Parts: sequence; C-alpha cells; structure tokens
Amino acid sequence: MTDLPTSPFPALLVGLPILVATLSLFFRPRGKAVVGLMGCLLTGGLGLIALVEVMQQGTVIHILGGWDPPLGILLRMDSLAAVFIGMTAVVGVFISLYAWWFFRAREATNGGFPLFWPLWLFLWAGLNGLFLSNDLFNLFVTIEVIGMSAVALAVLSGKTAAQIAGLRYLLAAITGSMAYLFGVALIYGSTGTLDLGLLRQVLEPGATTTFALLVITLGLMIKMAGFPFHFWLPPAHSSALAPVSALLSALVVKGAFYILLRLWMEVFGVSITFSAGQLIGLAGAIAVIWGSWQAFMQTSLKLIVAHSSVAQLGYLLMIFPLLILAPGVAAGSADWLSPAWTAGVYQVMAHAFAKASFFLSAGIIIMALGHDHKGSLRDLASRMPMTVMAIGIAGVSLIGLPPSGGFFAKWMLLKGIFLSGQWWWAPVVLAGSFLTAGYVFMLLRLAFATAREKEPFRPVPKGLEVCALLLALGSFLIVLPAEYLIQFLESSEAFGSGIQSIMEGGTYGND
Amino acid sequence: METTSLLPLLILGSSLIPGVLILLLREDQSALRSFLNLFGAVAKVSLIAWVFAGYLRGEEYTFIFRLAPQLTFALQVDQLGLFFATLSSVLWLVTTLYAIGYLEGGQHRRRFFAFFSLCITASTGIALSGNVVTFFIFYEFLTLATYPLVVHLGTDKAVNAGRTYLWYTIGGGTVLFLGVVGLYVLAGPVYFGQTEIIASLISENAPQLTILFFVFLAGLGVKAAIFPLHSWLPISMVAPAPVSALLHAVAVVKAGAFGIIRLVYDVYGIGVAEQMNLLTPLAVLAAFTILYGSIRALFQDDFKKRLAYSTVSQVSYIALGVAIPGVLASAGAIVHLVHQGIMKITMFFAAGSVAETYGHYKISELNGIGRRMPLTMGAFTTAVFGMIGLPPIAGFVSKWYLGLGAVEAGSYWVVLVLLGSSALNAAYFLPIVYRAWFCEPDHERVSRIRSGRLETRALLLIPVVVTGLFSLAAGVFAALAGSPLSIAREIAEKFYLL
Repeated sequence: MTDLPTSPFPALLVGLPILVATLSLFFRPRGKAVVGLMGCLLTGGLGLIALVEVMQQGTVIHILGGWDPPLGILLRMDSLAAVFIGMTAVVGVFISLYAWWFFRAREATNGGFPLFWPLWLFLWAGLNGLFLSNDLFNLFVTIEVIGMSAVALAVLSGKTAAQIAGLRYLLAAITGSMAYLFGVALIYGSTGTLDLGLLRQVLEPGATTTFALLVITLGLMIKMAGFPFHFWLPPAHSSALAPVSALLSALVVKGAFYILLRLWMEVFGVSITFSAGQLIGLAGAIAVIWGSWQAFMQTSLKLIVAHSSVAQLGYLLMIFPLLILAPGVAAGSADWLSPAWTAGVYQVMAHAFAKASFFLSAGIIIMALGHDHKGSLRDLASRMPMTVMAIGIAGVSLIGLPPSGGFFAKWMLLKGIFLSGQWWWAPVVLAGSFLTAGYVFMLLRLAFATAREKEPFRPVPKGLEVCALLLALGSFLIVLPAEYLIQFLESSEAFGSGIQSIMEGGTYGND
Repeated sequence: METTSLLPLLILGSSLIPGVLILLLREDQSALRSFLNLFGAVAKVSLIAWVFAGYLRGEEYTFIFRLAPQLTFALQVDQLGLFFATLSSVLWLVTTLYAIGYLEGGQHRRRFFAFFSLCITASTGIALSGNVVTFFIFYEFLTLATYPLVVHLGTDKAVNAGRTYLWYTIGGGTVLFLGVVGLYVLAGPVYFGQTEIIASLISENAPQLTILFFVFLAGLGVKAAIFPLHSWLPISMVAPAPVSALLHAVAVVKAGAFGIIRLVYDVYGIGVAEQMNLLTPLAVLAAFTILYGSIRALFQDDFKKRLAYSTVSQVSYIALGVAIPGVLASAGAIVHLVHQGIMKITMFFAAGSVAETYGHYKISELNGIGRRMPLTMGAFTTAVFGMIGLPPIAGFVSKWYLGLGAVEAGSYWVVLVLLGSSALNAAYFLPIVYRAWFCEPDHERVSRIRSGRLETRALLLIPVVVTGLFSLAAGVFAALAGSPLSIAREIAEKFYLL
C-alpha cells in the first residue's frame, strides 16, 4: 500500500476547508461571507486539480504526519474517490456562488446568515475526508462531521418548521451513526483491524460478519434515506434555505452511499448473499415508486423536489442486487458488473447536478414570489424563462431522457439488469421514469399556463438563475466524457477488486 | 465507418444554432429572429442538397462519437435518411415563412421560433441517425422540443392537450427505451442497415426477437398514431396552425412512421420480419386505423380536428405498406412519407389561413370561402383530390403502388381497405370542397379580420400555393428521374436486393 505515489492533495482537500472555516469565525458577518466564498472557490479548485492529478498518476496516498498505519491515518485517493471529489467541487462551487448572491439579496432582512459559510466549509471538509478515508473508523468520524454540520445548516433559517425537521434529522443521523459504529466495533472485535485493505484479506464469513454487515448497512441506509428510513428527508430538505437544500440533497446523502458502495464492493464480498442483495434492491425499488408517487402528490415545489430525492436515491440502492449473481448462475465474464456500478456512479452525478439545480430554482421562485405553492408557477415561463429552462433541463435528466446523465445511468442500469438476468427490476426503472415525468411535466405544464391572477413579483439577481441553469446543463455534459470516465473508474480499488474476484472464482458474493 | 465527416453535424447545427440563438434574443428583435430562422432554413436545404449530391456520387458521410463502450452516437447518411431529411428541411423552410406571417404580432414568438427550430433539429436528427440509440435520442428530443409548441397558446385547453400529448409520447418513449436496451443486450450495437445481426440471432432467440419487435412497435406506434395509441393527435391540434402543419407532415407523426420503416427494413430486415410472421399484426392494425380514422373524421365539425383524424388514417398507409412484403408496396409506403407530408401541410396551411383571415374554425362556417380565397382553397382542393386518390395528384401515386403491391403479395383484402378508405376520404373531404365553392356565403357572418390587396397576407398565401403545387408536381412528374417516387423505388429495391 505504501508503495503508491504520495501526494499532498488528500491532506489539503481536508485541511484547507477546515482552516478557512476556523479562520472565518474571527471575521465580522460581511467578512465571513467573503472569506467563506474564497475558501469555497479554493477548495473547489483544489478538488479539480486533485482529480487531474489522479487521472495522470493513478491512485495517490497521503500519510498524515508521517506515521504509518495502523498508528497514523492514511488518506487514499483512487479514481472513485477522485470522481466524487471532482463532482463535489463542481457542484459545491456553483452552490457557493449561488449562496453568495442569495444571501446578499436577503441581507437586509436577516443579516445574510453568516454562519452558513464556516458550516458549509466544515461539511465540505467532511465530505472530502469521507471520500479519502481508508479505514472504518475514519469513515465514522467524517460521517459524524458531515451529519453535525448538515443538521446545523438545515436549521439555519431558524423557522419553526426547519427546527422540528432538523431535530428529526438529528435523531435519524445519530441513530444511523450508532448502528454503523456498532457494526464497526463488532468487526474490530473479531478481526482486530479497521483498514479496508486489510479487512478484505482477513474477513471471514460467519455470523458476526453477517450481523456486522447488517447493522452497518442499516445505519448507512438511514443516513442516505433509503426506504423505509426516508421519513426524515423530505421535511429536512424542504424546510432548509435553498442553497442548503441543494447541498443536502446533492452531496450529503451521497456520502453514505459512497461508504456503502465501497464496503459492498471492496470489503464484504465474502459475506453478502443473493437474498441480502435482493432485499436492498427491493427497498430501492419501493423507494423509486413510492417517492415518485409522493412527489407527484405534493403541492409545494420544495416538497416535490425533496420527495423526488427519495426516489432518485432508490435507484442507487437498486444497483446492489446486480452486484451479486443469483445462486447457480455462473458468471462467464464480468460484463454485467461494469454497467451496474457505472449506473451507480452516473446516477450519483446526474442526481447531484440535477437536484442541486432543481433546489436552486425553487429558491429563486420563492425569492421572486414569496412562496412556492405549485399553483404560483403559472405563467412562469414568460416571466422567468431561464429558471423554467433550468427546471426543464434538470427534470429531463431526472426522468432519464436522452442524452442526459440520468439517461446514461438508467441505460446502464437496465443493461446491468438484463445482463445479470434479474429482469424483474426492469419495470421498476421504467415506472420510475414515467412517474418522474408525471411530476416534472406537471410543473412545466403550470409554468406554461396563463396566470389566473397577477401575483406580486420581485426581480431576482441574474446570477442566481445562471447558476441554476449551468448546473442543469452540467447534468447533461457529464455524459460527454463517459467512455473515458468508465475506464478511469475501472482502475479504482473498489471496482477492480470486485471484477477481479469474479474473474478468478466466478463466486463473488455468491451463496 | 472510418471516414468521419462533420457535414451531418453541420446539418443539425443549421437549425440547432439558430434555435439556441433565438432563445437568447429579446422578444422585440423580430427582424433578426426572422433572419436567423430563414438563414438556418436555407442553409439546411442547401446543405442537404449538397450532401445528397455527394451521396449520389458515392461519397460517405459519417459522424461518430463514442459515449461509452457499445454506446455510440452516430450520424450516417443513407438514401432513406436523406429522403426524409430533404422533406423536413424543405417543409421547414416553407413553414417558417408561413409561421412568420401567421404569428405576426402574437405573443411569445421568441419561444415559438426557438422550439420550432429545435423541433426540426430533432426531426433531421431522426433522419440522419446511424443506429438505434441515436434514433432514440432524437426521438425523445422531438417529444420535448414539441411540447412548448403544443401548449403555445397557454389556454387551459392547450395546456390540457399538452398533458395528453406528453403522457402518450413519454409513455411510448419509455416503452421504446426498454426495446432499445433489450436490443443492445441481445444483439449489441445495431447500425441501421446491418440486418445480418438480427438474421444471425433468429435461430436461437426467436421469442425474444418477437417480443422486442412488438415492444418497438408499441413505442413507435404512439407517435405514428396507430390505433389504439392515436388519441393524442386530434387533441394536440389546438396548437397554432403552423405547428399542426409541421406536426402532421414531418415532425412527430412522421418520426413514428419513419421509425417503423427503419425497424422493419433496416433493423430486422424484411426477410426476417416476413419469416417470423411479424408483419401480419402490423398490417391488420394499420388497416383498422385507416378505416377508423376516416370514420371518426366524418363526424368532426372542427376544421382542424377533421384534418387531424384524417392524418391518423393517412399515416397508417405507411405502416400498411411496410407490412406488405414486396417492392411495390414498400415503394408506396416510402413515397407516402413525402406525399402525405406535402398534401397534409397544404391542408393545415389552408385551414390556418382561413381561420386567420376570416375567423372561421368550423366546417359549417366555410360556405363560399372559395370565392373569397380562391388560391388558398384551390391548393386545398388539389390536396383533397390527392388524399382521395384521384390522378394525377401525389396521393394517387402512393395508393396505386400500395394497391399494386397488395395484389402482388396476394393480399386482396388490402385493396378493399384502400378502396373503402378512398370512399371515406371523399365522404369527409368533398363536403368541405362543396361548401367552399358551391354554397352561397352567409353574409352576416363574413367579416374579414385582416385586409389587404391579396386574398390574405402574402406570407400566408405563398406557402400554401407552393405546397399545393408540390402535391400536383409530385404526381404529374412521378415517372421522371429525381421525383419522390423514383427515389422511393430505388430505396425499396435496395431493401429487397439484400
């Protein structure tokens, strides 16, 4: 492990945002915003540079303070981590720019929420740390940092609804963390190590391992609002301030998914059974249908968008059963595995861009109209064409129409479904698309309809609209480098090891 | 496949770029908007003519962009594609002129012309798609680009029509998606014309291929308005006349019909489709749709609604021709792509002009309109005779070939269907013609909305006359080289030589 090239980037990606966040605490409110924005732009730029670095050098590591593991902490940045960091950088920068204009426009009424900036930087540090962690305990620490900053951000607006939702969010987050920590403790007790690479070698199937896997998976599912633990998400995401909603939906929930993916692909291969995969897939399938239906039934824009997140995260859960072949089905090649996780990664990216854009657009509409009841969307197409365009484009990506990122994800998902022979998931994917089309076009239909009565309308800074539109376009542009990206991802530890197991024994995770 | 050319991309760009630029303009920059639009339309026609000439000299134009392993965005030029692209680009030019006249002083024109251009981009993209997935991309893009046009007026009726339109087309698109992925999993990336891929799978995967065929058909049948998936089409005619004209003549409906042609001839291959007995259900459905659409048309008093039901019926001629094996029927189907397009666009132009000039929307109000708008109604009457199938107008040629093909294949019942449909066409179209030319005008009702020296504004008059002449010329000169018929025959012969 230590023969990999060392790079300062992993440390900087975590250290810089923490440093800037701490620094900004010493400034006055206006200064906080300036320093915070600078910190965000720097962190984003750093993330992109680090992505390029990994593209050129392959996996890089950084050993904190020069202490070798297991005593010290090793940060490892492989291609999977690099892609997630790059995604966070791009989405994060746009949300930061949006937040800058958003809070400036509202400054007169409430001082512009200066605490947003340090909290967001801590959150960003936590996310980067999570993607770079290489042992179970560090993962726990980072996910706690993320959870706490996320809850604080969610209640930032100070409204009662946000506080109630925030409390629920906090309880769910703590429960999830505790379950995860419990599982980690069990594994440490039975193997004596927390390092992901070591665990892969020493972990043996057995009751303890299975139980540990179960609690860890449950904990992470609570964190990523997988069905049936999704109850906390819609109120928390919809009652937060617009930039915060975008952060929570686009980035925060993806952290838990990232851990789950890494653990299932990289570590727990030996103890995953076919039925476990089916169960988690079923949860995902129900989430897709139920979430989309709930979104369809909502009357306020932000609740529609929040419920849609539950559905979109369901697609992420649906890739897990595809990683495991049915008992008795021999894997001739690993051709079904690659589409499945490509689908996962692309779904994460497409959803991050599209949902961030969607929440930002909702924020713009609230700013312009003062509320977000869906009836107020009437005639929006002629008053705010750019925002309607953003909603349309982001919506198209969520539905999965070509040539968006969402389409690419669903294409790969369906391909994986057919190639692995688990055709029963296919109708769910299609029904999900259809229902998504239902609520997206419900919004567009209203936007094109003539207004019943003239509502007061406040002009909105153009910068906000541009940010939302660019993010929406981003959910399409991610398709262009797809071929390169797939090759790049295949070099990552997680996917490489998964494919390797299959090629060697044909029994990856089989009964 | 190695040669790469940017020309196909440029053809798409000639409408995509004006579309995007128009979106960035201000609402009141109408001169610049019209210039961009017309410039794009003329550029597209010339580019396609250039490529067509090059193609006939034996040059290849292919543009390929690999998205992922086995997932390729491919634009490819073949005769069928060029045939359809020529139709859409020429009619786009004509319709743009008409739309500029029709919408003068209207609202949201920026949005209208922008999405109009995007709509044609999608339509041309469908024509030039080199493989199934590229076709699917443009097919869905067309759905989205058309939506703002359908709901353009913003009235409750328009918005509800838009909802129906979307439910149908998105549903069809979803089903088609399943088919496309299924085909990829089964057969890998299928380029149009590589019928040997499916032919090699037929012994092992016959049931899957049959299911896939009908999944594709269900997906394509929505846009092609085949019964029972046709209901969206008559409802969507609340859109402004130029939109209906384009929708019915080249864009949405034709995309479905064109897709069916591609599916049968270029993906499965006519030999395989016949051997697997896939065509009979298609023929029966198409024949039923022809009669059903005509019968429903009989009972419509709304001018455009009658035309819309007529489209339901007429487009199924294409599906019917595809479903009858034999060069003649295929040629009839392919040539009807063009013939139905020019005739139907003439009719919608005429209906729109009448509504714009005199405010008549119902057939019962049309008494004596022929005397006041002789050129418009003259063109309309030409198209009517074509639809009925009177020689020497375009529609006769398609029907003649379809009939000959049916006799050649021994499907005599098809001839009966064609005759019945002609009778029904006469029954619902001739009353309009009769009212227009022979009934006394109701003088109380006549009040001209727009005045001028011509019978209506020049931009509304010229397009309808031009397309009326097209319909006549396509029939009269059908025997000459370079006529739609001769090209369609060449295309059809190629399908059977393989």
